[in-house]
Amino acid sequence: MAGTVFDHIWDRHTIMVRPDGAVLLHVGRHLVHDGSRAGFKALAEKGLPVRHPERTFGTPDHYVSTHASTLDAIDAPHRREMVAALTENARDSGVTLFDLGDVRQGIVHVIGPEQGITLPGLLMVCGDSHTATHGALGALAFGIGASEVSHVLATQTLWQSSRPKSMRVTVDGDLGPGVTPKDVILAIIAKISAAGGTGHVIEYAGSTFRNMSMEGRMTVCNMSIEAGARAGMVAPDETTFAYLKGRPYAPQGADWERAVEYWRGLVSAPDAVFDSEVHLDATEIEPMASWGTSPENAGPVSGRIPDPAQAPDAERSGAIERALAYMGLTPGMRIDEIPINRVFIGSCTNSRIEDLRAAADVARGRTVIIPALVVAGSGLVKQQAEAEGLDVVFKAAGFRWGEPGCSMCVGMNGDIVAEGEHCASTSNRNFVGRQGRGARTHLVSPAMAAAAAVTGRITDVRKLMAGEI
Amino acid sequence: MRKFETVEAVAAPLDMPNVDTDQIIPARFLWRARSDGYGELLFNDIRSETDGSKKPDFVLNRAAYAGAEVLVADRNFGCGSSREHAVWALSDAGLRVVIAPSFGDIFFNNSFKNGFLPIVLPEARCNELRAALARNPGAKLVVDLEAQEVRGPVGVNDGFAIDHFEIDPFRRELLLAGMDDISFTLSQSETIGGFEERYKAAMPWV
Repeated sequence: MAGTVFDHIWDRHTIMVRPDGAVLLHVGRHLVHDGSRAGFKALAEKGLPVRHPERTFGTPDHYVSTHASTLDAIDAPHRREMVAALTENARDSGVTLFDLGDVRQGIVHVIGPEQGITLPGLLMVCGDSHTATHGALGALAFGIGASEVSHVLATQTLWQSSRPKSMRVTVDGDLGPGVTPKDVILAIIAKISAAGGTGHVIEYAGSTFRNMSMEGRMTVCNMSIEAGARAGMVAPDETTFAYLKGRPYAPQGADWERAVEYWRGLVSAPDAVFDSEVHLDATEIEPMASWGTSPENAGPVSGRIPDPAQAPDAERSGAIERALAYMGLTPGMRIDEIPINRVFIGSCTNSRIEDLRAAADVARGRTVIIPALVVAGSGLVKQQAEAEGLDVVFKAAGFRWGEPGCSMCVGMNGDIVAEGEHCASTSNRNFVGRQGRGARTHLVSPAMAAAAAVTGRITDVRKLMAGEI
Repeated sequence: MRKFETVEAVAAPLDMPNVDTDQIIPARFLWRARSDGYGELLFNDIRSETDGSKKPDFVLNRAAYAGAEVLVADRNFGCGSSREHAVWALSDAGLRVVIAPSFGDIFFNNSFKNGFLPIVLPEARCNELRAALARNPGAKLVVDLEAQEVRGPVGVNDGFAIDHFEIDPFRRELLLAGMDDISFTLSQSETIGGFEERYKAAMPWV
């Protein structure tokens, strides 16, 4: 194959190119959720049907309760309406829905891969910025807005004004103990900035990703958008095929053989040229924690909060100052001295079985000293975790064990962080007010979040596990 | 969708990089219907105190910037969540244009679907414009989509320039006509159908 994996998928899905350069792309598979109401509504207002209902899959996640997976458990009428609208829209249009009460319901970016809806070589979209997650399987997947959702429903296509640029982020080497895929992506964003990937599709390459599980790759690709990138992807390999084999919506039988043969060819050519290249050494990455209000404001747990006076320019200095004022933190403070009042383990970034295992390993035999919530990414992840006894570990340690959904990552279901509280969270955004008005978010890995839950501050999980704390 | 005609209006400077869509419109308001209007909620948590009173120092709360239709922002404006509500909030508050050195990709795409124009100008020029607009509160900019130019600030002798900006021709055409892209797409039904057949033959497992 010539060019990059991205080039190949883009070309394969190009229906037409207008003389002015606009490109019409086919959408292989489309995902919707309970925030997609406006997209369905715009379609109905135009009197248009869904062109390919068999290519759209949905599940409620943003507005669902973590207390019980039922409509009745949703405490506010406006939230219930959002979930009920999805049920109705899916029924009316013939879109496949994994609704409340179905064990397959969960966060849309967890269930796509889990059900085998996400496949290598597909162009996929969803009205959610974390759609980049699906790139972990070698798909080209990106988030779109409500108007584009209605366009996709009506036509199974999407206009793009130009081909995005390509960036390769190569990470080589083995991750140290206590260092996880979440730390890798936080280190990448800290290096290239929250706008470093703008206008680009990132391919993650190198031995670190080759040796990473599918779940880990999903965590990394998920946060591509936090580096500003349109999408992030990992070329499919044996790990990908082993993960997908036998999943309900993955190809079966002869189709499977044929698909795998095609997927094996989805690798960037050795001479493929990327518009930009970034390199990191995995052995230098430490457990990370964010201290500010942009995902780029993160540093190693052994480090200190930067001093705005030492920023390279006035604009950056002002940004750090404003971030620290919001976070109630001081320049030069040690990151492992940041106080934590609450912990959230979950979200489309870190709610898969490996994430829960990593957190449970830290929680086992310890006790939380602050409110802490664990929310599995799907009913199936929750079931698996319970089969492994992880729920018992969490509950014994004092965590609340919630029902699947987006929950406290974005607080749209009412699971919010109180004003002024510091929350160690395995989610993806530490924006001002993201987890609730005045909430102060610290992005960390599941293991680091569990460590913070038992100590009440950002804690180096390596020291905790070594008995040094 | 209304046609994009030349804007000559007050421009407000917003001196913050990485203004994410959570700040433009907090998540707790997203359940509201499009027809409910989002203008009052624009920048809610950074614009207002918890009791609802407006913070006097926030730029859009200052009397001199009342009626602003242009916002001059800093790098990575509209990053984060894909919520189109961010464009709705800006648009419902009377804004027509945001000028910045760079934008979040999804916000940028969403803008055009709502007759709203995001313009990329060089970082140095954005800094210069914001400074000039801060020194001359209420000064106007002219945004001419036909000519692909930003002119101004006008009426004050401070920082004037004519800046050319790039825009994709298809998007420009749709904005000027006040049309969305779906009608054109539907007119290409035959091409799309032909493509789908070939796609299905090559990847029968999808």
